[in-house]
Amino acid sequence: MQPGVIPSPKTGRQLVDEYFIENRTRLLEIAAYLDRLDRTDPSLVNRDFRVRAFQEAIALLADPSASDGPDTRVERIQLLLSDPTTEPLPALDTKSARGAYDRWTLGVA
Amino acid sequence: MRYIDLHAHMVSRTTDDYVRMALTGCVAVTEPAFWAGWDRSSPDGFEDYFRHLTDFEPKRAAQYGIRHYAWLCLNPKEGEDRALAREVVARIPKFLELPTVLGIGEIGLNRVTRNEIATFRDHVELALEHDQLIHIHTPHLEDKFKGTRTIVDILTEYGGIEPSRVMIDHAEEHTLPMILENGFWTGLTLYPQTKVSPERAIDMFERYGTERICVASACDWGPSLPDAVPHFALAMRRRGHDDALIDHIIFDNPAAFLGQSPKFQLRGAEATPAAPAMPRSESDASPAAGIAAA
Repeated sequence: MQPGVIPSPKTGRQLVDEYFIENRTRLLEIAAYLDRLDRTDPSLVNRDFRVRAFQEAIALLADPSASDGPDTRVERIQLLLSDPTTEPLPALDTKSARGAYDRWTLGVA
Repeated sequence: MRYIDLHAHMVSRTTDDYVRMALTGCVAVTEPAFWAGWDRSSPDGFEDYFRHLTDFEPKRAAQYGIRHYAWLCLNPKEGEDRALAREVVARIPKFLELPTVLGIGEIGLNRVTRNEIATFRDHVELALEHDQLIHIHTPHLEDKFKGTRTIVDILTEYGGIEPSRVMIDHAEEHTLPMILENGFWTGLTLYPQTKVSPERAIDMFERYGTERICVASACDWGPSLPDAVPHFALAMRRRGHDDALIDHIIFDNPAAFLGQSPKFQLRGAEATPAAPAMPRSESDASPAAGIAAA
């Protein structure tokens, strides 16, 4: 990853000391969310594009190459969740966004 | 600490929120016209909203030593109705001379439809015709990348646009570079769920620097915090950044963008004590402030 314009005032060790616990909490929340979905309906990943997108995004978190090049983990996940098309919609379909783009044409379970 | 909240929908907030903002150092807010959560039924509904933004809300804010400014438009969520948009756009010019109106906003796109784009262009042309600053909303979630790219492409088509007079708001990691590379200002919206957390906003400042980037609460009727900017300042201190850098981001930057309008004045607002005696209810409000009980 390219170095920042404004250097971090904290060292890597200090960032771990300061932020490890709250990010450990976030990690466990995601794990528990996925367990909850599995307990309820393990087929959702094949039937709901939002669950599929979530699972593919998690794979990017663990990809060591994700921090190489101009796109960081957060940018790669943002793009995975984004509508990649360029043509305007012919008319309004819905008022609100859903958080992920259905690139698999799975629809919503 | 002192700060300017460049994007706050105060019509949706309580008086207690003004108090929280004043107590935490807010000296000015700017309020773009936006979607009420439901579609207005007529141009008259918009005109009443514009009167609320330009008459009532500045008086309410002034009671707490906060300057209140507004941006006017028909918002992107209602931009699909072209007939309504044309009628509302035709009514905006008479408000532009008012002393607290800074420009046209928050225009932009929602689902990136053909009609939304046509309504967006109407507003851009209105701004150019009246030499106004422009404040732009970029779409939510999966629509943000496509919408931001479309907005940047459209704006760069117009020869008369000065990018330094345009704020393309609600940027995130995947849209910030394309906005800055084209010379526009941008904003990071500090929301508890969608958009950007204080920690991610700080990451973007560390990666890209502070030039032409602001932060704002965009507090409204959804999950949002009227004191999101001071929360950001606290997170900056926790990360080890000094007060001069924080002040530059939360005060100098919005003052530089907004100061391009001669109407935007801070003198007096900063000198006002942060927490003046506040009326407890409408019936306690000073008639001089224009909020006397009906």
